[in-house]
Amino acid sequence: MADQLWLWAIPALPLAGSLIAGLLYLLGIERRAAPAHGAHDAHGQHSAHGDSAAHAAAHAAGHAAAHAAGHAPSHDDHHDHASTPNKGSAKLAALVACGVMAGALALAIKGFFALRALPEGSERVLESTPWHWIAVTGFQVDISMVLDPLSSALCLVICGVGFLIHVYSTGYMKGDPGYAKFFAYLNLFVFAMLMLVLSSSLLGLFIGWEGVGLCSYLLIGFWYAKGWPAEAAQKAFVMNRIGDASFLVGSFMLVKLFGTLDLSDIVNSIGAMVRSGEHTTELMVAALLLFGGCCGKSAQFPLFTWLPDAMAGPTPVSALIHAATMVTAGIYLVVRLNPLFAASEIVLFVIGVVGALTALIGASTALVQRDIKKVLAYSTVSQLGYMFLALGSGAFAAAIFHLITHAFFKGLLFLGAGSVIHGMHHEQDMHKMGGLRKQMPRTFLTFLCGAGALSGLPLLSGFFSKDEILAHTFASGGAYRVLWAVGLLTAAITAFYTWRMVALTFFGEGRYDKKHVHPQESPAAMTVPLMVLAVLSVVGGALGLPVVFGVAHALNTWLEPVIAPGRDLILARHGGEAHHLSHAVEWALLGLGSAIALFFAHRGFHAYKAGIERDEGLARKRPGMFGFLGEAWGIDNAYTQRIVQPIKLIAFVTYVVIDQFVIDGAVNGTAALARTTGGGLRVLTDGRVRTYGIWIGGGAALVVFFWIWS
Amino acid sequence: MQVPSEHLLILAAVLFAIGVLGFLVRRNVIVVLMCVELMLNAANLTFLAASRQHSIPGEPNLVGPVFAIFVIAIAAAEAAVGLALVIALFRLRQTTESDAMQEMEG
Repeated sequence: MADQLWLWAIPALPLAGSLIAGLLYLLGIERRAAPAHGAHDAHGQHSAHGDSAAHAAAHAAGHAAAHAAGHAPSHDDHHDHASTPNKGSAKLAALVACGVMAGALALAIKGFFALRALPEGSERVLESTPWHWIAVTGFQVDISMVLDPLSSALCLVICGVGFLIHVYSTGYMKGDPGYAKFFAYLNLFVFAMLMLVLSSSLLGLFIGWEGVGLCSYLLIGFWYAKGWPAEAAQKAFVMNRIGDASFLVGSFMLVKLFGTLDLSDIVNSIGAMVRSGEHTTELMVAALLLFGGCCGKSAQFPLFTWLPDAMAGPTPVSALIHAATMVTAGIYLVVRLNPLFAASEIVLFVIGVVGALTALIGASTALVQRDIKKVLAYSTVSQLGYMFLALGSGAFAAAIFHLITHAFFKGLLFLGAGSVIHGMHHEQDMHKMGGLRKQMPRTFLTFLCGAGALSGLPLLSGFFSKDEILAHTFASGGAYRVLWAVGLLTAAITAFYTWRMVALTFFGEGRYDKKHVHPQESPAAMTVPLMVLAVLSVVGGALGLPVVFGVAHALNTWLEPVIAPGRDLILARHGGEAHHLSHAVEWALLGLGSAIALFFAHRGFHAYKAGIERDEGLARKRPGMFGFLGEAWGIDNAYTQRIVQPIKLIAFVTYVVIDQFVIDGAVNGTAALARTTGGGLRVLTDGRVRTYGIWIGGGAALVVFFWIWS
Repeated sequence: MQVPSEHLLILAAVLFAIGVLGFLVRRNVIVVLMCVELMLNAANLTFLAASRQHSIPGEPNLVGPVFAIFVIAIAAAEAAVGLALVIALFRLRQTTESDAMQEMEG
């Protein structure tokens, strides 16, 4: 097939946009370095302006105090709305960033249609291999892009949702001193994410994998001058590194097993390897190691604790990176290499258990959060858990389905929350909101759509994807029935906390300081993306209507060539028989899902419609339970106590014993030895010629003496 | 009558010992140089004595005298350089004491 060089334009466009925006930012700094500005620079870049540095420091200190006090509504504020200088270059940067995103989206759509024009089946692939990157005997890595049904679907999500979030950011970040820099980072992120999904080799995928991690770090710590965002960024990076190390070792094992990193080659050779019955253990270990990487990137138990902290970044970042795209990279990887994971029942079950457990932990923690972004963050952890539950039960298409709908509705919810935070002058504590539906009608209505989809209200997008996952888990039988029960319980909790959030934010009496805070609707740049995403959240379920509806599952058909190898392996294990649920059972499951969602959504809404009394009552009556849930089952504390502090202790001991005593002792000892020896010997060189003469003469006499003697 | 070689060697040893002792104990650089000359001449005497010892009548061994002439030439050069140094030292320090130069002490 002809080389499709234009595929490179999809990631190249955001990269170019990133470079331009970055240059504009640097130019802006230079011009801003001119005097008479700066009091509004909260980033402390101009530390010469004492009051701005003091401002930032005071803010950080205030936050630290709030942390110590327990509940810490982390203010997502860029509190300087004063006009920044050189607006022109910042505006241009935003325009370029949005423009390249629109271009990338157009190309992704073009790719989708080009792909659809090809005949169905495994031939439905477009690729471009301009050159070989690494070529040694027996091992080759190409610089190569592949657009197949899976990467095409993800490209559309990344570029589509990404474009909307870029537009939204032009409104949300207005007035921030780092406006142009923000878009440079955001575009760079999109570039890395597109590299991740389009690369044909595991190595290229890893570059994107690390690239999104880097951009995530940069964007979480975007307001680094405030202190705690920088810490959150570090935490995210380190937690991800743990997973990445596992990912790397897994890749090495794949190289050892298959002699290649090309994804399609690996996928094609696994079937034969499994049938030959060789290397089953190695395959299993490699799959588990790669899954470890997914746990880090996709915030699964036990590595999920970085995601809630990542909310320190600007809200559009939370929407794009920590809900819609980056955190789904793990799901993409598993689906991409689905036969590797499907080759072992144990691996699948491990994935399912981790997914279900994460879903439950995330959802239960979201129940008691006061910070609206924290609710959404834990909800994201929980929904990612759902996706892994789907992967664990072998429902690869269902996981991608939920990934797509989740990108719509969770992106929408985050942006809606951002709109609320924007309108509330950077208040994130839901206990200090309330009644906002009157002041922010557009945000309210779109938020309702997102909340409905998240809680799985019937016929909205989340309903179909979630029920497909639960149906697959139920159909897998055996121990998966337990996971199904956990998933159902999580669905109930999800509905409850979602509508608690809606009630606390938009209903009841306003609990904010009405004298000083005047909530207002956000500008059109922010509300229009909300509306687009709201429509998608409502109708997105059409991608994968259940079989019982009597229509084809569009997404299943589309992804068929990608997921067939893994599914065939699972089918072969079960003697070629698919788990089929009878229509009656499917209807029953759909009904059960609807009933649970509706019932618990109602309960959650009613419990909090009037106000926050229920939270206060719970905190009074069951403080232990409340604290346990509030701290995500105490996992973060456990890490601090069981891992971080022992490591610090070990580090201290090794510092004192090994570094200071052994190493410093050896180094200083050598020096001291040389000095002592020299000090002793220097007596010999007294500078008197006669003394030297004695040594020479004595030596000569000795030589002669021994010469004669022998 | 010929002086026996042993006597010559004993005299050379005595001269050499006096030279060494003087080199080691005297501080005046001129005297030290003189002692060096003494040692060189002791060596010369040894060369000549050995040369005579190994001569066959009618066919003298000339290796020893040749060496002695070399040594005398070198000694002259050494004395010239050495005395020049002494003069330079005297101009610098107004003394010819060798212990006055201890800057290289460790």
